[in-house]
Amino acid sequence: MTLAVFALCGFAMALAAPFLPIWRFRPGGWLAAGVPAASFVYFLTLVPRIGDDEVVTASWNWIPTLDVAFALRVDGLALLMALLVSGMGALVVLYSGAYLQGKPGLGRFMAYLFGFMGSMLGLVLAADLITLFVFWELTSITSFLLISFETEKPEARKAATQALLVTGGGGLALLGGFALIGIEAGTYDIAEITAGGGGLAESSRYLPILVLVLAGAFTKSAQFPFHFWLPGAMAAPTPVSAYLHSATMVKAGVYLLARLHPALGDTTEWTVALTAFGSVTMVLGAFIAVHQTDLKLILAYSTVAALGLLVLLLGIGTDLAVKGAMVFLLAHALYKGTLFLAAGSIDHGTGTRELGKLGGLARAMPITAAALAVGAVSLAGFGPVLAFIGKEALIEAVLHFGQAGEAAVIGAVVTGGTLFAVAAGMLGRLLIGAVRAPHHPHESPWEMLAGPVLLSVLSVVFALAPALISGGLVAPAAAAVAGEQVKVKLALWHGVNTALLLSLLSLAIAAAVLWNAPRLRPVTARIADAAGPLRPGELYYTSLLNLNRVARQQTRLLQHGYLRLYLAITLATAVALTVAAIAVRGGVELDNSYGDIAFYEVIIAGVIIAGAGLAIRASDRLTAVVALGAVGFGVALVYAFFGAPDLALTQFLVETLTVLLFVLVFYRLPRLANVSPVPTRVRDAALSLAAGALMTVLVLASITQTSDHTLTAYFAETSKPVAFGRNVVNVILVDFRSLDTLGEIIVLAVAALGVVAMLKLRREDSP
Amino acid sequence: MELLLALTVGILYAAGLYLLLRRSLVKVIVGLALLTNGANLLIFTAAGLVRGRPPLVEAGENVPQAPFADPVPQALILTAIVIGFGLQAFAMALAYRVYRESGSEDVDSLRTTEDPSISLPKVEAAE
Repeated sequence: MTLAVFALCGFAMALAAPFLPIWRFRPGGWLAAGVPAASFVYFLTLVPRIGDDEVVTASWNWIPTLDVAFALRVDGLALLMALLVSGMGALVVLYSGAYLQGKPGLGRFMAYLFGFMGSMLGLVLAADLITLFVFWELTSITSFLLISFETEKPEARKAATQALLVTGGGGLALLGGFALIGIEAGTYDIAEITAGGGGLAESSRYLPILVLVLAGAFTKSAQFPFHFWLPGAMAAPTPVSAYLHSATMVKAGVYLLARLHPALGDTTEWTVALTAFGSVTMVLGAFIAVHQTDLKLILAYSTVAALGLLVLLLGIGTDLAVKGAMVFLLAHALYKGTLFLAAGSIDHGTGTRELGKLGGLARAMPITAAALAVGAVSLAGFGPVLAFIGKEALIEAVLHFGQAGEAAVIGAVVTGGTLFAVAAGMLGRLLIGAVRAPHHPHESPWEMLAGPVLLSVLSVVFALAPALISGGLVAPAAAAVAGEQVKVKLALWHGVNTALLLSLLSLAIAAAVLWNAPRLRPVTARIADAAGPLRPGELYYTSLLNLNRVARQQTRLLQHGYLRLYLAITLATAVALTVAAIAVRGGVELDNSYGDIAFYEVIIAGVIIAGAGLAIRASDRLTAVVALGAVGFGVALVYAFFGAPDLALTQFLVETLTVLLFVLVFYRLPRLANVSPVPTRVRDAALSLAAGALMTVLVLASITQTSDHTLTAYFAETSKPVAFGRNVVNVILVDFRSLDTLGEIIVLAVAALGVVAMLKLRREDSP
Repeated sequence: MELLLALTVGILYAAGLYLLLRRSLVKVIVGLALLTNGANLLIFTAAGLVRGRPPLVEAGENVPQAPFADPVPQALILTAIVIGFGLQAFAMALAYRVYRESGSEDVDSLRTTEDPSISLPKVEAAE
């Protein structure tokens, strides 16, 4: 219960935030930050318990018939993520209060932010796949709202739609994958699924499950070829980028892969898919980051690279790799949070994020600059920072990775070198030299410095004293991912080994990249131009445009508004399907034992047919009325001759009334003109004749079928003894089915009212 | 006779549907009347014809003398005739009203509840 309160308090804040009067005052942000801070403290108190292999759970029945529960569960992995989400959440809320101070809609912004925090906590703590999925989708929706927060900007709306479509599409795939897992494993309980891991990997549905789950995870975590939405999402206010698009939401995909690793991992398919997509994403992200000049875009693409790296590690899946992934997950959240928050602070203090317009910030904004420096050192992966331990673990894991190890090693070294170049380039331009900025730079208020400073300090402290996190946080998390106990011993200095030498090699690459940057840029620009139309981002736009075009065209084709064409299409479809059904069943059974025909019956039928023909050809209204009368009275005669005097009487009566009505109304309507051209009439005639012929065949076929006469026998036997009436038809209508008859009378009464209304009522403005 | 009536049903259907596909609202209503008769006759014929033996119980008897015409489809058709008449009357009144209000009885020009000056894409330019 306590768990649920602390996990879901974000939603309560989300509902309340727009109505709270605190946002206009500066301490409003401080107060609001208290909520995630309380959650963070609560999760901290769980650390010793989780370290002792305990799990904390909370569960409610949700849809018991489907075996779906609303269940939360804290294990090592969930706890690590929950600490990140709530801790970063507190810092970001504090930061946003100052960053957006005085902006209209701060309450709305806070509502989205808290909604996102609640969703994210729910996601990482969910113990049930369906619960997880609901929170997963909620993060997509709240992320959409946050990216499009500045709704007046078209690029914000566009980026938000793009993020929603990409992650939402992945979410659909994920739902399919979860459903398959549920069918295969017989439960949605994640702990059961991961504990009985062997079952899924050997099942025949393993491949579809894997593909669907990966589609969900890769879209969420911006893996190639879905990486393009992440840089677009930078349209969001900077604290959102710091929170969602570096530390938390984009990690949801990585989290999901880590969570399901015991159940789905360690197969060839898993390893190949994750290492391949992870490596490509990693290298691509690093290379694109080099060319960016906007501070936020640099960070966005380096995030893409980091996410690729995490996926690669999970793909390798050895204890070493899992341990590295957990360390790097934490390290990346710390340093990327630092960098984004510092970037926001620079934007806030100088009015721009363009590298080319900035310089000398070490003097102008010393605290921000210091935090930025620690973040950049972490991004580069060198120095006494936690990211260094993470990167060494990565290289170590890749070195011990059997298949295609060389390629992965090269990828890791190149990425490391490129990111180093990115970090060095960024620092060099921002901090050194004369003070340059669009307007006079000023240091940010303490709320905006607390985050970067705290995060960068933690980055260093954890690196120098890794014992703080290795036993309590990393080991339980790694155990949850590996599905078994993992020994975690972290150290900053391992002595001179291969990993260190490779790190130095990547340093050389970085130097080469930096040295040759002016010469390399035109080359890479040309490559980027050539690949332009094939870039996933471009493909996304063209496919979206084409989708809209197809939708427009098919709407114009199908929803044209011509009633008779709708009717013609319906008719043609009905005829075609019926004929097809008959053909599939091998034709209809017709026999020749149809009753004999009396002479007068031929005359009656002739009258009906002639009437119908005349009705079609009539150009004169009176002729049409006469033709209709002939048909109606002919049909009445048929009833009279074949044992249905009641029908005949009713038909005579109704026919007389109809003719009267026609005469009354038709004289007020225009003459009957042939407005359609001949081809249209031929087409309609062919269609009608086909339908008519089909009806004839169906009538003949149905006569040969023996029908059920239970009802007939029942009514015949009970009409007199039970209902005291000798006319069976009458008894059925007014006694056995009297309620139906009442309904019929009501229908007629309503129709009569409608007729009177339409004939008598006049518009007030008409003369 | 079943053969002949089946043919009649087919012709009534064909004629009714053809008229339903016309642009003139009056023709549509005439088609509706033909279709109603066709459908009733379809039920009547398909249920099996019994010549001259209505389902009546003779005085002093308890059940009708076999063979007798099936009363169940007759009850259905009786309802259908009456409802069909209601529909017919309503449709005619509606057509009258539409003509009065819009000055047109061309179904194609009645494609929108909005201002008719707002045009929709033309499907058949020739018409």
